[in-house]
Amino acid sequence: MTVLQKKADNPIEHLTPEDIELIGKELDDIRQSVIDTRGENDARYIRKVIDVHRKIELGSRAVLLASGFPPAWVVGTIGLSVAKILENMEIGHNILHGQWDWMRDPKIHSTTWEWDMASPADQWKHSHNELHHTYTNVIGKDNDLGYGIMRVDEDQPWQPFHLGQPIWSFINACFFEYGIAAYDLELGAVVAKKQTKDPEFRARAKAVLRKIGKQVAKDYVAHPLLSGPNFLPTLAANFTANLVRNLWSNSVILCGHFPEGVETFEKKSIDGETRGEWYLRQMLGSANISGSQAMHIMTGNLSHQIEHHLFPDLPSNRYAEIAPRIRDLFDRYGLNYHTAPLPQQVGSAWHKIIRLSLPNGWLELTNRRNLLSQLAVLYKMTTGSPKVRRTLQRKLTAGVRLTRAAAA
Amino acid sequence: MTATAPRPSPARPALSALRDRAMRLAEYVTTPLLPADYLDMVNPLRAGADLRGRVVAVQRETADAATLVIRPGADWQRHVPGQWVRIGIDVDGVRMWRAYSLTSHLDRPDGCISVTVKAIPGGKVSNHLVHRTHPGTLVHLDQATGEFVLPAQAPAKVLFVTAGSGITPVMGILRNHDELTDVVVVHSAPTPEDVVFGADLRELAAAGRIRLIEQHTDTAGLLDAAAIAELVPDLAERATWACGPVGMLEALEEHWSAAGIADRLFTERFRPTVVVAGEGGTVTFTGTGTSIEADGATPILDAAEEAGVLMPSGCRMGICYGCVLPLREGAVRDLRTGEVTTAVPGDGVLVQTCISAAAGACDIDH
Repeated sequence: MTVLQKKADNPIEHLTPEDIELIGKELDDIRQSVIDTRGENDARYIRKVIDVHRKIELGSRAVLLASGFPPAWVVGTIGLSVAKILENMEIGHNILHGQWDWMRDPKIHSTTWEWDMASPADQWKHSHNELHHTYTNVIGKDNDLGYGIMRVDEDQPWQPFHLGQPIWSFINACFFEYGIAAYDLELGAVVAKKQTKDPEFRARAKAVLRKIGKQVAKDYVAHPLLSGPNFLPTLAANFTANLVRNLWSNSVILCGHFPEGVETFEKKSIDGETRGEWYLRQMLGSANISGSQAMHIMTGNLSHQIEHHLFPDLPSNRYAEIAPRIRDLFDRYGLNYHTAPLPQQVGSAWHKIIRLSLPNGWLELTNRRNLLSQLAVLYKMTTGSPKVRRTLQRKLTAGVRLTRAAAA
Repeated sequence: MTATAPRPSPARPALSALRDRAMRLAEYVTTPLLPADYLDMVNPLRAGADLRGRVVAVQRETADAATLVIRPGADWQRHVPGQWVRIGIDVDGVRMWRAYSLTSHLDRPDGCISVTVKAIPGGKVSNHLVHRTHPGTLVHLDQATGEFVLPAQAPAKVLFVTAGSGITPVMGILRNHDELTDVVVVHSAPTPEDVVFGADLRELAAAGRIRLIEQHTDTAGLLDAAAIAELVPDLAERATWACGPVGMLEALEEHWSAAGIADRLFTERFRPTVVVAGEGGTVTFTGTGTSIEADGATPILDAAEEAGVLMPSGCRMGICYGCVLPLREGAVRDLRTGEVTTAVPGDGVLVQTCISAAAGACDIDH
């Protein structure tokens, strides 16, 4: 993707400032209509999900005490994976967004909740709720665009280490919760700036380690020990459940902003942004996953990423209800409501990760005949100085422009 | 879930130490939840749990009043008749807390307690409790508290002056203090049918336990203090407990002071009187970093709850101190008196958020 502002075919060019304000007003009204009808049914919903999660988790862990018996291992591991996914997605993520704060229940509140994630709730709330949700898809502001380890936009400059990004993206997916914890700690930046001795950073790092310690003690020590002779199979079951949960949540999150066709924005484009413009950025910067109700629950309703980004603090169970109204708004204003089934969105996101592991234009210009010379260019860009890289990139970009002009 | 440690249990020390250790071990298995979160699924009324109760019966008293019989959690401590209890109940999915007088016999064989609630027009919680609460509902409780109680040595002659639901703490006292023999109850209600505990009171009167003076204000108008003095000629010899609307209490206080017997009058207020509204301001909760705009007429508690801040709360009328938070900097105004309380940086002046409005910008530690 290229930032929207540099596109030849700007998807919002047809909108007048008045249109954008009207969109904002309509969205405010939709938001208010949900707030006005929040009540007992919603409260019952989240309590039910929490109750179901606890029963599945307890049941699965009980079954896993007999994990030496293969069917028990399979059933227990599936159950535990489902429980962990529910806990992170529909429960943890959404409670920490403050979606249920209106209930004034101190046990289900964004300020008191803690979740089964390496990242402590307060650190995650800062990087996710405050930074990502405010600066969604703004290059240079929203670190969720690739989490600092991936290049997911043409306008993020290519670096040699991006060549390996398909591999580390996969590793990151497997250990996603730790990746997120490191990301919330801004570990990369702190190490790069040699600020690891900063007391504030140390306190936060300690909190993360304490949290990880507790999780490890539970999943890899206490539960296996309770299984007695089945120590190892139970340990393997916990590892598998964590892996499944990590791969799943990573996939869902990739679908939210990385599929091809999702827009990104220039840093200066958000100066003096109005509420309507902010809404518009959320509309264009997010993508939905279509599917069954079970799919929506298992994704924590992030399958309604567009609705979630418009109204991050509305109860997740209400997104499905407002989705048709949001879609109608997109249609009326000639905007692209980006939705597709999970495999398609995941495929699209991974395609982008692989495509952008190479410099812009490289893949487009490469064919069987020039493969060797193109590989030589790539080699020079990988080993050369930033200056060499910039020069060769300019050549690639010019080449693409020429090819496209010729084709036209 | 909250990361707070489980409350120490009132059980024997050795046993409780053992249990605490077991709980800590159990935390290894339940993290990030607490063992209590799982135990609550099975028995929310167990010892060591947050104090809760289960409604076992709802008995209609009048068209707009009902008695809720509640089985309290194991940690419930015996109350003193006349005290009130804070009850938290989910109304339309929102947890709301109110205080109600306990009206039950202390020695009910089933160990239940009861509160009697009168639905006030427009009252969210009272209407929910009276009209829409069913047996089986789980409610949240605090231990009973309140000063509207008889002294250890009960006085020989007693007068109760009540109006409307003000009869409830008095009923709690009458039911539990059989030793009171010379009792006068002066009670005002719009009509005979509106008298909460009407049948019980008339029965007590018929049995000679109390002398009951009912004033039906729809037909007979309001009773003033002078009229009460006329109806109860030996008023000065009696210790008086009064509970009802603020206007009534103020009139009584005035009369009793004038008669030089102010020390013999004990009152309980049900709602705050708002006398002043000043300028509002930005209220910042330093713990959560939330800032809200509050006007000068709205209690900080209401404004904060409206903005989604999880606030401690209680009687919402300035008597229980359940809502107190430290004011670090700024000024708040007491809505009952107009008095302004200020704090300079470094202070931690404790203010009651339910009867305090912002009087300029203020930082509250929460």
